[in-house]
Amino acid sequence: MTTEKMNRITQKLQEDKKLLSIYFTAGYPKLDDTVTIIQELENHGVDMIEIGLPFSDPLADGPTIQESSTAALKNGMTTELLFGQLQDIRKTVNIPLIVMGYFNPMLQYGVEAFCKKCHEIGIDGIIMPDLPLDVYQADYEAIFKKYGLINIFLITPQTSEERIREIDAASNGFIYMVSSASVTGSKSGFGNEQENYFERIASLKLKNPQIVGFGIKDSETFQQATKKAKGAIIGSAFIKHLTSEGIAGISNFIKSIR
Amino acid sequence: MNYHANEKGYYGEFGGAFIPEMLYPNVEELRQKYLDIMYEASFQEEFHQLLKDYVGRPSPLYYAKRLSEKHNTKVYLKREDLNHTGAHKVNNTIGQILMAQKLGKTRIIAETGAGQHGVATATVCALMGLECIVYMGEIDIARQAPNVARMKMLGAEVRPALSGSRTLKDATNEAIRDWINNPVDTHYIIGSAIGPHPYPDMVTRFQSVISEEIKWQLKEKEGRENPDYVVACIGGGSNAAGTYHHFLDEPEVGIIAVEAAGKGVDTGESAATSALGKVGIIHGCKTMLMQTTDGQITEPYSISAGLDYPGVGPMHSHLFTSGRAEFYSATDDEAMTAGLELTQLEGIIPAIETGHAFAIFQHKTFKPEDVVVISLSGRGDKDLQNYIDYFKL
Repeated sequence: MTTEKMNRITQKLQEDKKLLSIYFTAGYPKLDDTVTIIQELENHGVDMIEIGLPFSDPLADGPTIQESSTAALKNGMTTELLFGQLQDIRKTVNIPLIVMGYFNPMLQYGVEAFCKKCHEIGIDGIIMPDLPLDVYQADYEAIFKKYGLINIFLITPQTSEERIREIDAASNGFIYMVSSASVTGSKSGFGNEQENYFERIASLKLKNPQIVGFGIKDSETFQQATKKAKGAIIGSAFIKHLTSEGIAGISNFIKSIR
Repeated sequence: MNYHANEKGYYGEFGGAFIPEMLYPNVEELRQKYLDIMYEASFQEEFHQLLKDYVGRPSPLYYAKRLSEKHNTKVYLKREDLNHTGAHKVNNTIGQILMAQKLGKTRIIAETGAGQHGVATATVCALMGLECIVYMGEIDIARQAPNVARMKMLGAEVRPALSGSRTLKDATNEAIRDWINNPVDTHYIIGSAIGPHPYPDMVTRFQSVISEEIKWQLKEKEGRENPDYVVACIGGGSNAAGTYHHFLDEPEVGIIAVEAAGKGVDTGESAATSALGKVGIIHGCKTMLMQTTDGQITEPYSISAGLDYPGVGPMHSHLFTSGRAEFYSATDDEAMTAGLELTQLEGIIPAIETGHAFAIFQHKTFKPEDVVVISLSGRGDKDLQNYIDYFKL
């Protein structure tokens, strides 16, 4: 089942540029905005997209993503509905698509059924922050691989070097580097502490490139985050912009980043 | 069958540590150290000294004569309501505050539903001079005002959880987010037998002082260590875990759990997890959980803030699915009636949570010769306003 052609994430990571990745919550602001948002993001030069599957209890997220998730669920978003919306996405969109969410909805859908569906649609990777490395390796790695899905793990400033090496060995795409000890959307700008952390991780010469997330909100933080890392992910700041400016404002937001 | 946590924190298929990487260093440090720290002689000495001199343990095992006569069986009450701060919660917070000190943590966070765990945490923080922040659902802040005032007086900061159903589940989410934001100096004192491993096991071990005492107290009174039944109410399940612990491997002891049915199991306003839940992930562990078919966690309901939780601890999920424990659920009305009955027969006003355990007599008939030990997990002072409103006193 593993695709002969290279996974789109792997391909994208080989491009000689700093990657801009955008997270949004599926089903927000409106239930049916999913495909339009993805197309707009690609049209305006975004390199990769994390499609957020909303969850009722997003432990690792700050107020912005909590609120967009609550709104999306209120709008009626479900796992099945999202897969339905994405059914034909590969007819129009070429950049890597990653589904990001919490593990319980995936577990209820059935991990294998979920992965199979992702494969059929053309999803390239999965980020489940609360699916820990050891459980993944023991129970689910074979399923992810069978369907050609790259599982992305997180590291934080508190992650030990030993653990980082373990995560690097288990990864086959990129490592999601959480910029600081925080939930999403809660830091304003990067200081020396982050610079040192970015430096330290770069010096480890990991086999997987790193993409920085949490706290990236504008051109300045994007530049800082990608000085050493391969790319950066913007989530909360994008959702805030989407809330105030709507889909028509996506172009301006992306232009303001780079 | 094994009813205790294995080294990875599983009770059968339940438990484990489903946590985001941000929490990994803290939870892993705790996992590696908790047993060594807990069973150091000096730790045990300090823990038991505080339980004796500060909490007032052992808590009495009281033969409830009139209640026994009424229900034609032998009922003993394990008087956790007589503990300092008024409930079983303090057994765990004493243990965890000592654990936090050994780990070098200086800032304490906690979640609370009824406020009993919040008060017990604020109390031990005052005792040890540590900063204390308690997350509490906005709804619970309103319905448990006396406990909010107590926490503030004890020097704790009470932060309202404004998301979701604004009750215990959401307070727990906020506490976890706080821990993510403060990974170095902070210890999270979880109040129930929930959360990622090693929390359910650690909390159970600290609370197991309850069943340990029941054994020798019953030996003194009845000439035998094992009752025929132990009964406890269950939200997350810490008082139940502590009440059952030493009896889990004694097959002749019946284990009984009473959940909160709210307005009725099938009304959509309930917290009866064993009846309404299925396996899922909540607050870092795999357990029985009330949720939609899509895996979204359902907002529970109970008149008692302490049982208003959409899951049960993983140990209890295992006791339920393995058939080791009998699960019942009591409605708001049944629990309130049982609370009033206890008050009028024995002169003890229980917490509404605890009232659920006493509602067992409305669901099960015991034999006259049965010895039934009920965990009287908390006193009802905090619930007076609810009793006044309910009974129009």
